[in-house]
Amino acid sequence: MKLSLGPILYFWDRETVLDFYARINEAPVDIVYLGETVCAKRRALRLHDWLDLAEMLSAAGKEVVLSTLTLIEAESELISIHRIAENRRYSVEANDMAAVNMLTGRIPFVAGPHINTYNSETLRILAEAGARRWVMPVELDKRTLAAMQQSRPEGMETEVFIFGRLPLAFSARCFTARAHDLAKDECGFCCRDYPDGMPLLTQEQKPFLVLNGIQVQSAGTYNLIPYIAELKALGVEVLRLSPQSQGMFEIIETFHEALNGRLDLEAAEERLLPHMPAGFCNGYWHGLPGMNWGRCG
Amino acid sequence: MNRVELVCPAGSLPALKSAVDNGADAVYIGFRDGTNARNFPGLNFDEAEARAAIRYAHDRQARVFLALNTFPRPSQWEKWRRAVDQAAALNVDAMIMADAGLMAYAAKTYPYLRLHLSVQGSATSHEAIAFYAKRFGIKRVVLPRVLSLAQVRQVIRRTEVEVEVFGFGSLCIMVEGRCALSSYVTGASPNSNGVCSPAKAVRWEETATGRQSRLNDVLIDVYATGEKAGYPTLCKGRFAVGGNIFYALEEPTSLNVLEILPQLIRAGVVAIKVEGRQRSPAYVAQVTRVLRAALDACLKDPEHFVPAREWIAQLDKVAEGRCHTLGAYHRSWQ
Repeated sequence: MKLSLGPILYFWDRETVLDFYARINEAPVDIVYLGETVCAKRRALRLHDWLDLAEMLSAAGKEVVLSTLTLIEAESELISIHRIAENRRYSVEANDMAAVNMLTGRIPFVAGPHINTYNSETLRILAEAGARRWVMPVELDKRTLAAMQQSRPEGMETEVFIFGRLPLAFSARCFTARAHDLAKDECGFCCRDYPDGMPLLTQEQKPFLVLNGIQVQSAGTYNLIPYIAELKALGVEVLRLSPQSQGMFEIIETFHEALNGRLDLEAAEERLLPHMPAGFCNGYWHGLPGMNWGRCG
Repeated sequence: MNRVELVCPAGSLPALKSAVDNGADAVYIGFRDGTNARNFPGLNFDEAEARAAIRYAHDRQARVFLALNTFPRPSQWEKWRRAVDQAAALNVDAMIMADAGLMAYAAKTYPYLRLHLSVQGSATSHEAIAFYAKRFGIKRVVLPRVLSLAQVRQVIRRTEVEVEVFGFGSLCIMVEGRCALSSYVTGASPNSNGVCSPAKAVRWEETATGRQSRLNDVLIDVYATGEKAGYPTLCKGRFAVGGNIFYALEEPTSLNVLEILPQLIRAGVVAIKVEGRQRSPAYVAQVTRVLRAALDACLKDPEHFVPAREWIAQLDKVAEGRCHTLGAYHRSWQ
């Protein structure tokens, strides 16, 4: 199985992003997804910057995929996606049907986690449009995955989000700006101050969600490391780790070693613990509420 | 001005009759199971009821749309497919669908059947709409409640597909079809189960500090004595962010577009939709009556259209949170 690094979901400043990928260059991930998928206003890096990074990473032997925006509201956003879709070098992750439409018949693409691929028929439609890999929507469970794997189209690869705060919802509204009492149009890029999103707690002070601009994430880190053997048995080709500002390289290293059998799963889990500060969850995998943590088979 | 269709919700035969009798041009319904996005106990139609509903509506020149707008997993596929067959046999005027695989089946098996892309399909641009139009021949799209008026205008300008927008009802603040908050907490989501924050996961508790509402044990809100408590839809609770406790995602409020009705019609919207299949026949009657009056007045004289104060008052009375907003249509809300 290959390890992939999902797109950075937070707004990190330019230097941080460049430094991060310079280190990723040396890190044992096979596939790197690049680009802004959450908010079109975040432009610390422009397409040519992402393409420069893509070149660096592919020279280091990594497969690079350019990810597209999830919520499209303005014509200018469509134009940006067009530009990405027109690149001839790198594969593209479509996170909205607009991107799927642009990519249809053009280049093989990845149907991202925000395309609602809930059954084999939908996967077949995406395959016909040119998808060669699909990322399972985060709320789906292992039984659904097993059934999808049995009838997936020829040549289709499967990727599963296995580590990180879960991207749960998108809105037109910017929740980070709202928390600062700012209008979205005058947000002042306040999300820049939260490299891992802004924690939302219940009134009992329990970590519940994370606000990341227009996106809402789980506070708990989704972690499927106990199930990598099961994922392998199900024929999953790619395991996705979602970037976070702290501990990412140790997380990657841990998964890499666990996958190669150099680290037993218990030790691997132990090593991941400090990197899941608000707790962890895996309920979705078992068909339970996503926030749950279960051990059942 | 173009004729604009008023599309009203019905979770039961009495609600459907209320809608038709009060001037709905079309009513949307769902089967009594998880195949639609309002899968609530005691709600919706079995086959016989659906047949009676369609007869009642058709006898009075109203159309009936059937919502089949959840995303079936492989284990559910056969049931969802049968629901498409059932809807086709019932001769509904359109099916409101979200799942691409299921739409492919419907388009192939019943090419004469009119397909509407549900709001759950998350299509917010002409490019996304074009995918469904090319692939499945959809005739209409219901836009998610995330676009500003200018953005709605832009979409209509660039697509041949009819555009329907929400005009009144509880406000979903997330992009429909892209929200898993409910399944994160309760295991059941709009996409998979046709429910958000299901009643079976709700628990109320009286405590020394006030009345608490919980969803699968997660504290959603606390109400002081005398404060009116709302249903704990999880995006409408009060949470702590940055040291402040407030409605961090959205206040309990309803969408109401009366104020911008002429602009929406001028933009080329073909239908105005009312949310609320889970609501009572009395709600449906009230909202339908007001929106019928407003639409008629607006179509007759759009230049001088001003929403009557009593319309707003009547709608606020039945609205979630008893207040209203233009939501995303108004750029500043975003």
